[in-house]
Amino acid sequence: MSNDRFQTAVAAGVLAGDELHRSLLTSIVETARAIFSAKASSIFLLDEDADELVFEAVAGEGSENLIGRRFPSDTGIAGWVLATRQPLVLEDVGGDPRFGREAAESTGYVPKGMMAVPLLYEDTALGVLSVLDRPKDTRFTLAEMDLLGRFANQAAIGLDLLLRARRARTALDGADEELQRLARLGRNLDALPSERRGPALRLLGALEEIIRP
Amino acid sequence: MSAASDVSLHETDEELPAWSLPADAVDRIRLDLGWPAEVTREWALGGATGAGVRVCVLDSGVEAGHPLVGDVQEAYAISVDDAGDAIVSDDESGDRCGHGTACAGVIRGLAPECELVSVRILGEGYKGSGRVLLAGLRWAIEQGYEVINMSLSTTKRDFAELLHELADTAYFRRTVLVASAHNMPVESYPWRFSSVISVGSHEEPDPFVYYYNPEPPVEFFARGLEVDVAWLDGSTLRCTGNSFATPHVSGLCALILSKHPRLPPFQLKSVLALTSNNVGPTP
Repeated sequence: MSNDRFQTAVAAGVLAGDELHRSLLTSIVETARAIFSAKASSIFLLDEDADELVFEAVAGEGSENLIGRRFPSDTGIAGWVLATRQPLVLEDVGGDPRFGREAAESTGYVPKGMMAVPLLYEDTALGVLSVLDRPKDTRFTLAEMDLLGRFANQAAIGLDLLLRARRARTALDGADEELQRLARLGRNLDALPSERRGPALRLLGALEEIIRP
Repeated sequence: MSAASDVSLHETDEELPAWSLPADAVDRIRLDLGWPAEVTREWALGGATGAGVRVCVLDSGVEAGHPLVGDVQEAYAISVDDAGDAIVSDDESGDRCGHGTACAGVIRGLAPECELVSVRILGEGYKGSGRVLLAGLRWAIEQGYEVINMSLSTTKRDFAELLHELADTAYFRRTVLVASAHNMPVESYPWRFSSVISVGSHEEPDPFVYYYNPEPPVEFFARGLEVDVAWLDGSTLRCTGNSFATPHVSGLCALILSKHPRLPPFQLKSVLALTSNNVGPTP
């Protein structure tokens, strides 16, 4: 077993579950929606293998049953933002019949305005954050554009953590029983209350001594 | 054909290397480039229409016949083969997103008689988009277009070196690359290269107001806030982003080059800087 796989799998044992990561992303879209007083916000994740964008987190109107929905990666504004790495702010997107309208209609919510920003971590594009329908009576400023970019950076870090955890879990799912047992050990150790942690660590130290090659 | 299009991309077949100059060859490279004591807007682009200048919009395609765009003189779609070489076909599918049409409309608004060339590098899925971008840019440079509008960037470090080479090749072939600066805290290309003209946004509504930035890497600011642009099916949208500021500078470049067709990119950049709204004696 490679050291990388071992570390990944053990890490998977102690990493937080999918629910916690999803909560982080939901919190990000809810905050984005609040910052810009928007009606809705969502995060699309790029599934590179399928070359598709997947709804990963949604807040606000039309948010029911959206998680997990998929669209071709070059669909509409989100596809352009993803490919060009450039953030965009559009007002009255409804005027554009092909702006991912089919995708938007299938979600039951067609926006009138849209801010879309790529989620970039290191040199990789992970997905797109969109903020839909800011209040019409407020003038947009470049400071808000800057805020959107900074906020997207934070979202990208959250998304990267989620992806790493998923990869680790995939590695663990395919691992043999011994490795799974080790991962469980790591997870259980991590969850122990402090008064039981000391004895457990001493026991592990003794085990390490015994099985040292 | 442009003046630059007879030059090989790799310049290996020239009789005389460009890095030495025999005494009797000075006349051969003499240029009739007038440069006034004071470079004014009037000298730079007064009365210019963009006529005779080909502006390539490297983007999602362009909707020909849109009221704000008018005719599109050439339209191509780029895909790549397994070796990463460009496969170029006539593009009759218009615009896949609306953004290319928006850029074309801004350019047409500033330079009404320029020739618009759409080179579509989007619409082949995300997976190959980086390779298609490189292949499309290389092909556009080979065509010798005078201006290439790139309202896009890549964060892929693997592409940075190739993009840098292409940007320098364009610079030496008198093709000016006008590229959107990134307003996010990430490394991206090609706007950071000094051989391109990089553009960010200012907040003013006048399309002819532009600023030179003495604190690069972003070198110019143009109109990029709440711009009413052409979009699909003859529609318009109000849009914000550096990707809309960029075609303003492409349009200005077309105007300057239509009046001063022999200007190489470094002089074109100087003209833009010297005629910027923040350069010169304080009014």
